[in-house]
Amino acid sequence: MMTTLTKQQQDPAARPGLPTAGKTARKGRLRRLGDLKMALFFIFPAMIGFVLFYLVPTIRGVYLSFTEYSILGDPTWIGVKNYTAMLGDELFWNAMGVTVQYVGLNIGFQTVIALGLALLMHRVAKSTFIRGALLLPFLVANVIVALLWFWMLDYQIGIVNEIINWMGLPRIAFFGSEQWAIPTIAAVNVWRHMGYTALLLFAGLQSIPNHVYEVASLDGASPTRTFWSITMPLLRPVMVLVLVVTVIGSFQVFDTVAVTTGGGPINASRVIQMYIYQKAFGESDFGYASALSVILFLILALVAFVQMKFLKGNESDLD
Amino acid sequence: MSTSTLTRKSVSNIPVKKKPVNWRRVGAWALVAVAVAVTVAPFLWMLRTALSTNASLASNAGNLLPADFNLGAFKRVLGMQSPEEAIAEGGSGAAINFWLYLRNSVIFASVTTAGQVFFSAMAAYAFSRLRWPGRNAVFGLFLATMMVPPIFTALPNFLMIKNLGLLNTFAGMTLPFLFMTPFAIFFLRQFFLSMSREVEEAAMLDGAKHLRIFFQIVLPNAAAPLATLALLTFIGQWNEYFWPLLVGQDENVRVLTVGLGVFKSQSPQGAPDWTGLMAATLVAALPVLLLFIAFGKKVVNSIGFSGIK
Repeated sequence: MMTTLTKQQQDPAARPGLPTAGKTARKGRLRRLGDLKMALFFIFPAMIGFVLFYLVPTIRGVYLSFTEYSILGDPTWIGVKNYTAMLGDELFWNAMGVTVQYVGLNIGFQTVIALGLALLMHRVAKSTFIRGALLLPFLVANVIVALLWFWMLDYQIGIVNEIINWMGLPRIAFFGSEQWAIPTIAAVNVWRHMGYTALLLFAGLQSIPNHVYEVASLDGASPTRTFWSITMPLLRPVMVLVLVVTVIGSFQVFDTVAVTTGGGPINASRVIQMYIYQKAFGESDFGYASALSVILFLILALVAFVQMKFLKGNESDLD
Repeated sequence: MSTSTLTRKSVSNIPVKKKPVNWRRVGAWALVAVAVAVTVAPFLWMLRTALSTNASLASNAGNLLPADFNLGAFKRVLGMQSPEEAIAEGGSGAAINFWLYLRNSVIFASVTTAGQVFFSAMAAYAFSRLRWPGRNAVFGLFLATMMVPPIFTALPNFLMIKNLGLLNTFAGMTLPFLFMTPFAIFFLRQFFLSMSREVEEAAMLDGAKHLRIFFQIVLPNAAAPLATLALLTFIGQWNEYFWPLLVGQDENVRVLTVGLGVFKSQSPQGAPDWTGLMAATLVAALPVLLLFIAFGKKVVNSIGFSGIK
């Protein structure tokens, strides 16, 4: 992303404005302003959307996090009280713990499986049909995927428990027990996202030039060795971007939880976004909910920064 | 390109042994088959359940064919059954108003897609074809908002929509998505920059104005990326749950995803209406599945560059 951006920033300026021929002072000023009038016209609708629904809410969200606000009446400024309250809020720490556990399970399995699928797509199964089939769950709404698995994993008559029972093992209350709720939700979303993630990694694999592999094979490198010393290092920039995007998405899990467990049993699957939702719309505590989302925002920014920095997502080993 | 990888492999392997290579491929294909089966089977199970009756589900839990084949669940979801019949078949008896939710989903997804793609294209034109002071700074600012998580802006946006009195209206539901997303502008700008400008420059010399160039040259030439973006946006909006849940609870504007959530929670105590639920999810997923069957290749091939923002 970085390279394309910098490359293309120079050339758009170089060309337009052909008809400007005269060289009076007034023309010079016009040239500095360029196509400003026209640009204002073209960008106007997007600007409205940007200011009203991105910029102002961002500022207002930060402001609200320093207030006490229950929708009725006006927000009252209370300084950092929301943030200090968070330190002693057991439910907040529980939500963070649950979310981190979810992200760990979700991203861990998803990335490994997707990498395997991407390698298979790259080396063996080259048909668009197979890629399309693997992408299918990603195109269906979270809510639908959640309900489908809620049925298939039903304790009494779900097909998965039927199979488990048939194998002579005890049935599992996937959504109904505290220890299984989060792993189950993580697994459901691994199922939904693995094909999509695999396609992203597959695109990365395709960008590795063939001659690198040819050299490795001439040197007699084994497939395992080739994978670890060539494929993985060269895939790194794409892998880092995929990790940044999927980890950020994973932290914001909500839909699946909302339609299956609703955060339960007890507090076992109350992820951070669920907690924010309940605080804001269940308890009308918009100030505290805003403070929670500021923290979530900071965590996401930090996660992205750390990943880019330590995994060196900006650099390619190809050069 | 990839075929040469294969020939290279087999050439280097022939002198040693031939069979292990084949076994490897068989193993790899077996893994592919397992992956496809794991992906597709749940959808078949959805169909199998929707074609069953609730009463027979329990006794045929492990049977792969529909238990007591029957279209009752679909009829119930599509409002073609009386409440008494529905209750007799294990439904909740409450009206599901599926057609209303379907209409709302169509309105919500198509209005937001049309607005977002068109206005983003206009902005992308300003960022790629026009020269004005502050352009790169503004573009950078737009891009930066891609980092802001939706939940963060959702709370203040909800308050604003509420203060404007637009809760439970299509205006309130569509406005935040209508004008732009940073991603759509970025996506289209990249395409516009890569397009040849010769025709535009010739038109410019003939005195054509930017508006004409935008509508008659740039938009038609970018038809393919615009269609891809529209398709991806439509699917995303069709599946949107969080925002409609916040501002569109009312029956009149309730979309399918929210309706499905309500339908699930309405399930009568003890034995949920599984067949109805699966019929409803299947019908709700159908438009996206049809779009995917029609334009699947386009979607699959667009993932590589669109996913990594």
